[in-house]
Amino acid sequence: MAQVSLRRLTKTYDGGVAAVKAIDLEIADREFVVLVGPSGCGKTTTLRMIAGLEEVTAGEIRIGGEVVNDIPPRDRDIAMVFQNYALYPHMTVFENMAFGLKLRGFPREEIARRVDRAARILGLGELLDRKPKALSGGQRQRVAMGRAIVRDPKVFLFDEPLSNLDAQLRVQMRTEIKAVHQTVKTTTVYVTHDQVEAMTLADRVVVMNQGRIEQAGPPGELYANPATRFVAGFIGSPAMNMIPARLVPTAAALAVALEGGPTLPVPAERTARYAAHVGRDLLFGIRPEHVTEATRTDKPNLAPIDVTLDVVEPMGMETLVHFRLGRTSVCARVDPQAAGAPGEAMRLAVQMDRMHLIDPATDRVL
Amino acid sequence: MAPDGVSGTIARGEADVTVPRRRTGSLARLARRRSTIAFLLALPLILIIAGLVAWPATWAIYLSTLNRRMTASVGLDNYLFLIESETFRMVVWQSCFFAITAVLLKALIGFWLAHMLHTIPARGQRKWRGMLLIPWVIPPALSTLGWWWMFDPSYSSINWILNVFGFPSIPWLGTPWWARIAVVTVNVWYGAPFFMIMYLAALKSVPEQLYEAAAIDGATGLQKLLYVTLPMMRNIIAITVLFSLIVTFANYDIVRVLTNGGPRDTTHLFATYAFQVGILSGHLPRGAAVSLFMLPILAVAAFFILRGVSRRAREMM
Repeated sequence: MAQVSLRRLTKTYDGGVAAVKAIDLEIADREFVVLVGPSGCGKTTTLRMIAGLEEVTAGEIRIGGEVVNDIPPRDRDIAMVFQNYALYPHMTVFENMAFGLKLRGFPREEIARRVDRAARILGLGELLDRKPKALSGGQRQRVAMGRAIVRDPKVFLFDEPLSNLDAQLRVQMRTEIKAVHQTVKTTTVYVTHDQVEAMTLADRVVVMNQGRIEQAGPPGELYANPATRFVAGFIGSPAMNMIPARLVPTAAALAVALEGGPTLPVPAERTARYAAHVGRDLLFGIRPEHVTEATRTDKPNLAPIDVTLDVVEPMGMETLVHFRLGRTSVCARVDPQAAGAPGEAMRLAVQMDRMHLIDPATDRVL
Repeated sequence: MAPDGVSGTIARGEADVTVPRRRTGSLARLARRRSTIAFLLALPLILIIAGLVAWPATWAIYLSTLNRRMTASVGLDNYLFLIESETFRMVVWQSCFFAITAVLLKALIGFWLAHMLHTIPARGQRKWRGMLLIPWVIPPALSTLGWWWMFDPSYSSINWILNVFGFPSIPWLGTPWWARIAVVTVNVWYGAPFFMIMYLAALKSVPEQLYEAAAIDGATGLQKLLYVTLPMMRNIIAITVLFSLIVTFANYDIVRVLTNGGPRDTTHLFATYAFQVGILSGHLPRGAAVSLFMLPILAVAAFFILRGVSRRAREMM
């Protein structure tokens, strides 16, 4: 059990490529933190530096208060689950899980006890004598997790552990990982490029982009209040709509004039927050679920817009409709009963208290 | 319906087909069968193997049962004579000693070289790899001549260097043990690059993540070697050792050029001794018997090594 702290952590590769740029991150004891971002954002490099598989160029890593920059991986008391599982093909499942304990000189009975416990948690009991070759992808993934659990380390590190599994298994293993963390409660750093994985697993999501941390916070917080344009666009599926707009004053308060569309009233409580940006070109951000059919009455601050539908995608419990505002294609989530057909006109309502305004010059959410 | 003696699979309604026509039909079917085609395609290879391996081997077995003038059969007398001959027993001993020490040293040195090369970054690696392969690409008869000069009692450059450092000259090819060491040395020098290149390929095929997993599991460098590298390379090591064991056991040119079996027949191997007995002394049947003695020894080694290889391949691949 330990907290992990990264201070001004930097990694520059030999060719001068800066993979991680002076990031700061405090991970509390027992916390489940997910590093998420597109490929090349530095999340895996950060994880590998915590593991000790990658040298630190500058800054410092502390695990349990101790600076580990120059400590080799085996002395950091961490366990890691790799993307390709990295199981030893010549060892049985039992030997794979026991290997770390054996190297650390644990007595035989203790090894058997710990492997049994991990096998029980992960449902691997009958597979202990098999070689990895005889296991399915999901089973291999469980063995890789078992190898981490038996060690009872200070920190678990996961490097995109689900990306080699098919979609159905991925959802199932995601639930299992969460269940394991609730049982074992070890500080966990988990890397993924899948924002759904990040949202569902994390106590705290850290969104990385181009070697920097864009925003860190609980999943709901990141979803409701993204700090930057990148986070706003990265978290949530389908992605947040971003429509070029201009902030204009009205008699009572402020309004946003959407490019090629209507002018919508800004909720009164945001007037002070946006006052300084009146007259500027901004991006109006709104999530698809906050643009719904106008007949819905249970939401406050609805501003109606009339559109012509381009594409209609029924999803079962909801239907996605796409329409154009000026040059921008916009997506809305509506009730399947309310959705029209492509080419038809439809009256939608924008939930204005969920709007975001983004400054395209700084890419920050205002 | 006519009795259907050709094939049970002929469809009904062909009962009116005449017997000769059915024969040609079944012949055509036979020619179309996959196993027939496979056999026909493999036939050239089967003929080559039969002509170049099976026939000479059978002939050698027959030959080894004849008397010196090859006029009458003597049964197993040639073999019995060899078993009782002290020289031949020494040849067996020397062949085993030579093959085992040389293969062991080649494997160890090859492994060490491969490891050294593996740690060099890819760009510098090529020129080192090329240079280290040179002994293996020079025709061994020629390179052995070079070694022969270096071991020469009068002009030995090795002895010259020893003398410079104050050590006495060594009679390299003149006494049994130094001659044995010299023969093994040259064979190791010639054969180690082959092991190196095989092991280097095997090393490159071990996924880097296994080493990372082992590092996190707590393995030191030596433990990674013992628990990851060696088990992952076991099949390549086994096959290379088996191959080299056969080739080294049957070595001819190095001994022929360097010592010609001397001094006092102490460095003879099966092949050089068979040549001496069969060709130089003109006793072909006994020479054949000498070379046939290699067969059971190598067969036993091959059986055990290949059995291990196929078992591991099934489990790991």
